[in-house]
Amino acid sequence: MANFLTDYLIPFAWILGGIILTVACLMGGMAYLTLFERKVLAKIQLRIGPNIVGPFGLLQPIADGLKLLTKETIIPSGANRAVFILAPMMTFILALTAWAVIPFNQYMVLANINVGVLFLFAISSLGVYGIIMAGWASNSKYAFLGSLRAAAQMVSYEVSMGLVLVTVLLCAGSLNLSQIVLAQSHGWFGVSWLPGWYVLPLAPMAVVFFVSGLAETNRSPFDLVEGESELVGGYFVEYSSMTFALFYLGEYMNMILVSAMTSILFLGGWLPPLNIEILNSPYLGPIWFVLKTIFVLFCFIWVRGSFPRFRYDQLMRLGWKIFLPLSLGYLLLVAFVLVYMGWLPKVA
Amino acid sequence: MSETATKPTIKTASALDTATASGALTNAPVAMDIKNYNLNFGPQHPAAHGVLRLVLELDGETVERCDPHIGLLHRGTEKLIEYKTYMQALPYFDRLDYVAPMSQEHAFALAVEKLMGIDVPLRAQYIRVLYAEISRIANHLLNVTTFAIDVGAITPLLWGFEDRERLMEFYERVSGARLHANYFRPGGVHQDLPPGLVEEILGFCDAFPKRIDDLENLLTENRIFKQRTVDIGIISPDDAFDWGLSGPMLRGSGVAWDLRKSQPYDAYADMDFDIPVGKNGDCWSRYLVRMEEMRQSIKIMRQAILEMPGGPFMVNDRKVAPPPRAEMKHSMEALIHHFKLYTEGYHVPAGETYTAVEAPKGEFGVYVVSDGSNKPYRCKIRAPGFAFLQAADFMGKGHMLADVVAIIGSMDIVFGEIDR
Repeated sequence: MANFLTDYLIPFAWILGGIILTVACLMGGMAYLTLFERKVLAKIQLRIGPNIVGPFGLLQPIADGLKLLTKETIIPSGANRAVFILAPMMTFILALTAWAVIPFNQYMVLANINVGVLFLFAISSLGVYGIIMAGWASNSKYAFLGSLRAAAQMVSYEVSMGLVLVTVLLCAGSLNLSQIVLAQSHGWFGVSWLPGWYVLPLAPMAVVFFVSGLAETNRSPFDLVEGESELVGGYFVEYSSMTFALFYLGEYMNMILVSAMTSILFLGGWLPPLNIEILNSPYLGPIWFVLKTIFVLFCFIWVRGSFPRFRYDQLMRLGWKIFLPLSLGYLLLVAFVLVYMGWLPKVA
Repeated sequence: MSETATKPTIKTASALDTATASGALTNAPVAMDIKNYNLNFGPQHPAAHGVLRLVLELDGETVERCDPHIGLLHRGTEKLIEYKTYMQALPYFDRLDYVAPMSQEHAFALAVEKLMGIDVPLRAQYIRVLYAEISRIANHLLNVTTFAIDVGAITPLLWGFEDRERLMEFYERVSGARLHANYFRPGGVHQDLPPGLVEEILGFCDAFPKRIDDLENLLTENRIFKQRTVDIGIISPDDAFDWGLSGPMLRGSGVAWDLRKSQPYDAYADMDFDIPVGKNGDCWSRYLVRMEEMRQSIKIMRQAILEMPGGPFMVNDRKVAPPPRAEMKHSMEALIHHFKLYTEGYHVPAGETYTAVEAPKGEFGVYVVSDGSNKPYRCKIRAPGFAFLQAADFMGKGHMLADVVAIIGSMDIVFGEIDR
């Protein structure tokens, strides 16, 4: 019996607690991301943003959530009910699942699996199914066009995104996200107190990854799947209430996920901005990580405030004709340099 | 998937045809009859600019036919005007193109003046020019920024409306209403400029070019913006004439045609300004033309203010212009004039006129027929947007869905004047 307790129950409770904590943090973070976005956009647009509900509008996300919860879920009569309801669930669940492998510091990670990158990639690729299902099941032309665009868009971007990941893997020598972060702990130019983040040596790749991330999460300027001024909201045009909220949650969750991935792969994850002893405490790790993620999120919103939307074919051209050769070329370059200089990481 | 999406679908179709003809695809099943599908774009649509209803025939995302439907905002303005005195008819013109109300008033006031043979005092002419240009900036600000929204840039709108609000304040200062001003009257303007307003407008003229620069920074050379607008909805000068385009739509195609220069009305003959023209006749050219027109409008506004003479702001004809309040307190005759003017109105000599002004959107004309009574016998309104919308099919055909949105945005249509 004691064996059962120590071998199964406590680890199970431990993991369950971790999952609940992560999900709770994520939901809170996502809720306040909407407020953050509205506030930043408001500043960009010379407005004030939400400031009525609570001090500085801090309770606005809660009010929005309650509003969505109390609305009626409308299922169009022409819709395929099962798929229609399944689609937002799928989007949301997938957006949450991906977080299992994200390390917050060296010890805080739900599943420290050695193929973390592959797992993330697989999960984020599945995300498009939710959108396609939603567009198809809605039985609406706008939603259908939206999901068609989604399919084309995701396919175009995942390839170059994959090549970017391969470049990072070449440098880090591991598919484990924690190992990738740790591989960035050796300072630039051999100076020990400088950070060793990949953003400097792999700068073009970081940009490609960030832009692909924008496309992957359907954020402006690649928000053609929603295409407010063309498709009136695109794939979720027929959704209301919580079914809509799940898409919304999923989209923002994916945004945070891509930002977190960017900070892990290129901005050194939980590593401090300067490699000195005081900043290097494991307790500070999550803080650095969150700060970097917020910075990337800010860039997401900044881009949204500044740029017009791409057209569907232009986005494909960018993906296939510019990003793909670029990332492929840089991958070859990096591989060449690594082999030629003998810098290839030793795989344990 | 990507192959068919990036290239125009026509190409792949013809490739398929040749393949079938050469017998390469003998095993292929009989070509299925794939039908294009229709998409109802509007009237409830964020990019419909009011109540535009487009029935789009789509082949994938390529637009095969673009069929605008009008009439959802029809209010019978022209007929209503036939039952109103000339003074009562004027406010209807505010409600046509409600984005730049005074420009429409201008056309009607000029038409009535022409029929009655009134010489408008010089000060009134300058005030009208000043406010016509304020309207032009208000219109172009709205159009350029909503155009930006249509192609996905959300920030310019909020920036532009900051200044548009100031322009509306100028409207309010002079007429009491932000939008439906009813300020230009046959014979002049309703009241003189309030003290201090001129300085404020000059202040605006100094500050506004900076805002145009900001907007241009955000849009003009932005690569995505250019990708979305350059070579989209091209219309050649000849086609532009054929479709009856005017204003920035025509000038965007490179035709330097502007009624303010070619047949100057009011004080425009004294103003020194340039007519910007585009090169390609695409959405981008039209956008650039509008941006430059705003700068030229500032120039005109400055001149109008600095060279504005003193004197009356309304003709001194008691049969047309109401007497001043003070006079009514002691003059019986003034009181009678006032009463007659606001009940029966004035009689306009029999005749007809087509009078057009260069409204911000293009040539806005009114055809007024008078039978000598106090009401117009007929008042036909020639709205520039109506002609633009006709060209929607011509310009949108073969483009993608997102381009049609951009084209509609660059046409600058407002349904108040199209449906009338």
